[in-house]
Amino acid sequence: MRAAVLRKEPSSMPAPIDPIVEVRGISKSYGSTEALRGIDLDFPRGKLTSLLGPSGCGKTTLLKIIAGLIKANAGSIAVDGKVVTAPGPERAFVFQDFALMPWATALRNVAFGLELRGKARAEREEIARHYIAEVGLAGFEDKYPHQLSGGMRQRVGLARALSVDADVLLLDEPFSAVDEQNRRKFQEDLIRLRSNQNKTFIFVTHSIEEAVYISDRIVLLSPRPGRVSQIIEPEIDRSGDPDLIHRDKHYLDTVQEIWQGLKQYAE
Amino acid sequence: MATGIRTESEAVGLATRSTRGEVDGWRDQPVLLRLVSIALFAGIWEIAGRIPVSFAFPTFSATFTAFIGLIADGSLPLAYVSTLQPLLLGIVLSAFLGVGLGTLCGLWRTGEWLLIPVFIVLQAAPVAAFIPMVTFVYGIGMTAKTLAVMILALPVIVLNTYKAVRNVNESLVVMCRSFLGTRWQVVTQIVLPDASPVIFAGLRLGVAAGFVGVVLAELLITPTGIGDLITFHRSRADYAEMYATIASIIALSTLTLIVLQWIEVRVFRPETRGA
Amino acid sequence: MTLFGYRVPMMASLLVWCVLWEIVGRLDLVFLLPPLSEVLSAAVGLVQTPSWQSATVTTLRAFFTGMVLSIVIGVPLGILMGRVKIADDLLGMWVNIFSSAPLSALVPVLMILFGFGERTIVAAVFLFAIWIIVLDTRAGVRHISPSLIEMARSYGASRRALYLKIILWAALPEILAGIRLGLIRGVKGVVIGQLLVAIVGYGALFETFSRNFRMAEFWALTIILFAFALLIAELIERAEAKVEYYAGAR
Ligand SMILES: Nc1ncnc2c1ncn2[C@@H]1O[C@H](COP(=O)(O)OP(=O)(O)OP(=O)(O)O)[C@@H](O)[C@H]1O
Ligand SMILES: [Mg+2]
Repeated sequence: MRAAVLRKEPSSMPAPIDPIVEVRGISKSYGSTEALRGIDLDFPRGKLTSLLGPSGCGKTTLLKIIAGLIKANAGSIAVDGKVVTAPGPERAFVFQDFALMPWATALRNVAFGLELRGKARAEREEIARHYIAEVGLAGFEDKYPHQLSGGMRQRVGLARALSVDADVLLLDEPFSAVDEQNRRKFQEDLIRLRSNQNKTFIFVTHSIEEAVYISDRIVLLSPRPGRVSQIIEPEIDRSGDPDLIHRDKHYLDTVQEIWQGLKQYAE
Repeated sequence: MATGIRTESEAVGLATRSTRGEVDGWRDQPVLLRLVSIALFAGIWEIAGRIPVSFAFPTFSATFTAFIGLIADGSLPLAYVSTLQPLLLGIVLSAFLGVGLGTLCGLWRTGEWLLIPVFIVLQAAPVAAFIPMVTFVYGIGMTAKTLAVMILALPVIVLNTYKAVRNVNESLVVMCRSFLGTRWQVVTQIVLPDASPVIFAGLRLGVAAGFVGVVLAELLITPTGIGDLITFHRSRADYAEMYATIASIIALSTLTLIVLQWIEVRVFRPETRGA
Repeated sequence: MTLFGYRVPMMASLLVWCVLWEIVGRLDLVFLLPPLSEVLSAAVGLVQTPSWQSATVTTLRAFFTGMVLSIVIGVPLGILMGRVKIADDLLGMWVNIFSSAPLSALVPVLMILFGFGERTIVAAVFLFAIWIIVLDTRAGVRHISPSLIEMARSYGASRRALYLKIILWAALPEILAGIRLGLIRGVKGVVIGQLLVAIVGYGALFETFSRNFRMAEFWALTIILFAFALLIAELIERAEAKVEYYAGAR
């Protein structure tokens, strides 16, 4: 019964192997609010890394800097060894509020990234259909966002990010506007996707359980100005029954450990 | 059309959204930028007048000088006396009549059924066509001008009041009833106060429409007041004087509206429901 | 309103007013108000006259030219003001002023600048309609969710694609609302312009009818104008209903 879960002690500062995204000395201030200070981070290739921290600590800011959507005041971002300052085809973003075009069908929304890259219609729609099926939305291609539930809309957002075939997926609290059942289902889908897509995921959340459940690595950020306070590798075997993982001692211990670390900030 | 009553006040920058949107437009803009904007406008006007874009296009400076002249010789103040009287009278009458009718329609279904469509039509239609008619019936005096103001101002006031009363916060009404408020108390203590910001916004729009009405009446038939001054200077080809008169009435209406908007924000906004 | 258990449509009450008009007209209670039936038969006669037909052509031509101009200029201007702060700061004040100023006072200026002809009417329509289109477009652009724009940028949208594929569409509900209000104002502009110029289109007809006390025709023309204004508003409202589903969804 326990066999499904592999135990290992969480190591606090592991040496990263083969980083795909390298964050070097990133600082960011909005006017007089200092959001991030001196962030140095490596995101290993093919892993799912979560950014976890109290509200307002700069998680979204860091993710958008990596995406090239906002400029840092200092520091640099390198993807695959090349410094990047603007959005690029090797990164794709999944938005907290889905950012779907209400005037376009699910199919066109999913194909939009490819449309912007000038791919021919038939070709991009074929790819879009494939990923719509991949996220479990087959049959909803011609529905408009307002005809879909919150969970389904986020699946469309995810399919859009997958369809541009980026190496790095950036997800900003993708499940926060989704109800709890969908969220669980979604987390499992994400785990499945990560194991068979060989992509790198950078995932922002403020749910400790969620982070421990799905991540290979968890980066804890301190309150504003955001700094890296701890890196945890939960090492949870997710091949077993999801319900068992949620009751596994190692899983619960890791959640507890992170909570102890964060509790000081919650006062 | 019969389903949702859409009035001009839905327009951005006018009534209903004024609780947040455009009001800030007037206030939040730094004074400096406002001045730059005015200077730029005057500058472009001046240059256009100097080119000149048309023989009938005086420079800004000439217009301004003409304006001083018009004030000095008393013709402008005199014209305003005769223009503002019917305007004020028309607005006051429209305000009482309009708020009364609007409230009635908002509270009484049959009244709503009977009257609101008429005002919807009047609001959407070019009622200016009636103004020559009014002058026919009532001559070229004060009555005709007052009626012209009312024709234009009344629909927007009625429709705004009606909308406000109709969309009153239902839970407040229920609250008042549950504390044994009489129907009269519900109307005077809950409905009207709750509706007052939108009603006032309607009045402001009514004032804007009233300005249009009085100018139109004076330009079309009644040769008195500002309209007469415009026509007179045009006929003598005193273009600077003509432009000065026109600019003055536009400035006056703008100032009036700004003051009303300021009052609206000051008086009605703080208590305008937390939202 | 419900009558004997049936819901009577709101606009049906206009019929009551029509009947009342007929009665008042027949009894000759109000000066210069012929009965509705007489007005309607005058309308039937009127639309067959060449003078009405040519006046209608002139009026419609001026109206549509002015509207096309104000949409073609107003929408981009509104988008500019919605996106570029400095443009908004410099122009916002004037757009606000002109959107609620008594523009009828400016028609005499148009007359001396553009002559006593159709060009003045076009200018009047333009002047009446454009400001509200600019204001509404600007508001529409301002209401676009920032994440929609970030989405387009993150997928590598060019500036052109951003404007044509995202901003224009996302602001469409407000743009259409602005155009609807602009059209209503444009009708007022065409009428006021023609009344003041008085020798073009319907203005000339109004002038003739009222000078000669041909009241039935005067009212017939008024009714035709009103019907036209309402028809236009209704048509745009239909178009708006089509995009309504996404107005709230952004
Ligand atoms: N556009 C902006 N202008 C000014 N300040 C901003 C802006 N965006 C973010 N901030 C500030 O920067 C800090 C970090 O914001 P950020 O959105 O990155 O936090 P977050 O960790 O994502 O928070 P949450 O968990 O609530 O989403 C916050 O204090 C916020 O107030
Ligand atoms: Mg965030």
